[in-house]
Amino acid sequence: MTEEIIRLEAVTKSYNIGMTSEIEVLHGIDLTINRGDFVALMGPSGSGKSTLLNIIGLLDKPTSGRLAIHGQDTGTLDDAAVTRLRGHTIGFVFQYHMLISALTAAENVMMPILVDKGRSNAAIEAKARSLLDQVGLSAVADNLAPNMSGGQQQRVAIARALAMDPDLVLADEPTGNLDSKSADDVFELMRRVNARGGASFLIVTHNLALAQRCDRIVEVVDGRLKA
Amino acid sequence: MNRIAPIAWIMALRFLKDGRLQTLFILGGIAIGVAVIVFMSAMLAGLEQNFLRRVLTSQAHIQILPPDQVARPLPSAAGVFADQIIQRPSQRIRSVDQWQKVMDAARSMEDVAVVSPNASGSALLTRGEASRSVSMTGVVPETYFLVVRLPDYLVEGQPRLSSEDILIGTDLARDIGAVVGGKVNVTAASGARRTLTITGLLDFGNKGANMRAAFVALRTAQSLIGMVGGITSIDVTVRDIYTAETIARRIAAEHPVQADSWIKTNAQFFSAMRAQIATNTLIRVFVGLSVAFGIAAVLIVSVIQRSKDIGILRAMGARRGQLMQVFLIQGGLLGFAGSLIGAAMGLGALVYWHSLARQADGKELFPLVLDPTLVASAAVMATIVGVLAAAMPAVRAARLDPVVAIRG
Repeated sequence: MTEEIIRLEAVTKSYNIGMTSEIEVLHGIDLTINRGDFVALMGPSGSGKSTLLNIIGLLDKPTSGRLAIHGQDTGTLDDAAVTRLRGHTIGFVFQYHMLISALTAAENVMMPILVDKGRSNAAIEAKARSLLDQVGLSAVADNLAPNMSGGQQQRVAIARALAMDPDLVLADEPTGNLDSKSADDVFELMRRVNARGGASFLIVTHNLALAQRCDRIVEVVDGRLKA
Repeated sequence: MNRIAPIAWIMALRFLKDGRLQTLFILGGIAIGVAVIVFMSAMLAGLEQNFLRRVLTSQAHIQILPPDQVARPLPSAAGVFADQIIQRPSQRIRSVDQWQKVMDAARSMEDVAVVSPNASGSALLTRGEASRSVSMTGVVPETYFLVVRLPDYLVEGQPRLSSEDILIGTDLARDIGAVVGGKVNVTAASGARRTLTITGLLDFGNKGANMRAAFVALRTAQSLIGMVGGITSIDVTVRDIYTAETIARRIAAEHPVQADSWIKTNAQFFSAMRAQIATNTLIRVFVGLSVAFGIAAVLIVSVIQRSKDIGILRAMGARRGQLMQVFLIQGGLLGFAGSLIGAAMGLGALVYWHSLARQADGKELFPLVLDPTLVASAAVMATIVGVLAAAMPAVRAARLDPVVAIRG
């Protein structure tokens, strides 16, 4: 039986509410992501992809509609509970890797666990090194983030997204800033993690070739899901 | 990564290290501010201590005197006075009434350290053709030297005062051409006359005092001023100098005497000290404010520079409280580290200034007071100021919307 991770029901998102400039960017989105899914999210610029991703990632709140994670409605949760749920359930990979420049690769990977646990220990360090090993970056584990190539940084970001064993990884154009070889490596890496029974993936991409290698393509056009 | 320190501390240190130029500049600013405070406070404490030492080793903490004589108007009828003008009577030299009893009572008081009786009056010192009027004080050396450290002022001879001895000021000795071991004639206002041997010369560092000071044994003074068995004042020293006024009041209340504490007789010194303390406090407040604004400015810029990092940390599950801590700790650490550097700079400057600044006679201008509590209090205050200054940037960081922060 498929396990449902995320369910969006009639989700809308408006900005400048109550003002003359009020604008609705998402109109009644219904979307379900199950365990093991590897989904591509496509759509033209300004169609609402990033907004949708932020809502699913609990970084933003829908104006109306319902977002449930593992069947639990998130609309009633306070900030602390949302933060905790986000930390435990969702991993993020951003277009520009977004590593913390003051930390090494291993420390960046450890960070989601550290903010949860409070301080480091041997098990956390071992896990970070194992994740870096999985993304083929054992050799640069102690390098500061700015001292790595773009492809390496993005692979560190993927390792970081997997640190808390999330159910879902949200990747916002993870290969958009990489050359085709690095992009292919990063995509394959995500695919491998997913195939091993790890996290589900929702990947925003403009690259149709990559999208077609996903299990499912969801397209957003003018704030609506295209059937 | 350090496994003992909480993540907020690690992040705070890493952020400070990552922006090392900013960190160094603000540390320099804080250090200079704290150095000024430490230098000024330590120097003022030294000057104050010096002043207190001078004042309190050259005079009694409390002086007990006979009360002033007052003229009481004679009423011709109830409520009607016969005379319109009441003249203040001249104050002849009188003995302290029942002085042994007053001395015993004073000596038995808890905080009183030394009690010493004196008999003083004016006299004429003559040697050959030269004569000078002097202020003659008859003392009991064993106790008086504990009140006023006469031996400390002795530049020649011995601090010996038998009934035939006299100690005089250096300028007085030079004026009349006297030397240690020489004889001088002392004539009191009463006409009584004695020939005494100069046993020592005193230098009080003050020409007026050196011109007029003459110390003799109590009995000698008593016979010269015609007050055998009587004394003109009792000098008292107390253990805690700031209790002097309270004790003086108690003595005056319990006995028919006038008791003046050093606090009352040095009122000007106290108002000068109060002004100094007020000025110092004002300087501390303004330096503290400028340090606080400096820290706040640097951290606000840091929050803006690190907004992406803050957004990422929020996305990864960092709580608002944790992010606040990161910036509060940075403020506290900057204040603490800056204060230690500043204290070292301030004390270094103090030691240097102490070695340079000399009085006219070559003695130190102020004693070097290196009080560890001053450094500790500067560190505590600077840390608190740092944390308070970081409050606004910390709140700003915690309130940052992760979506906006990540998007930049």
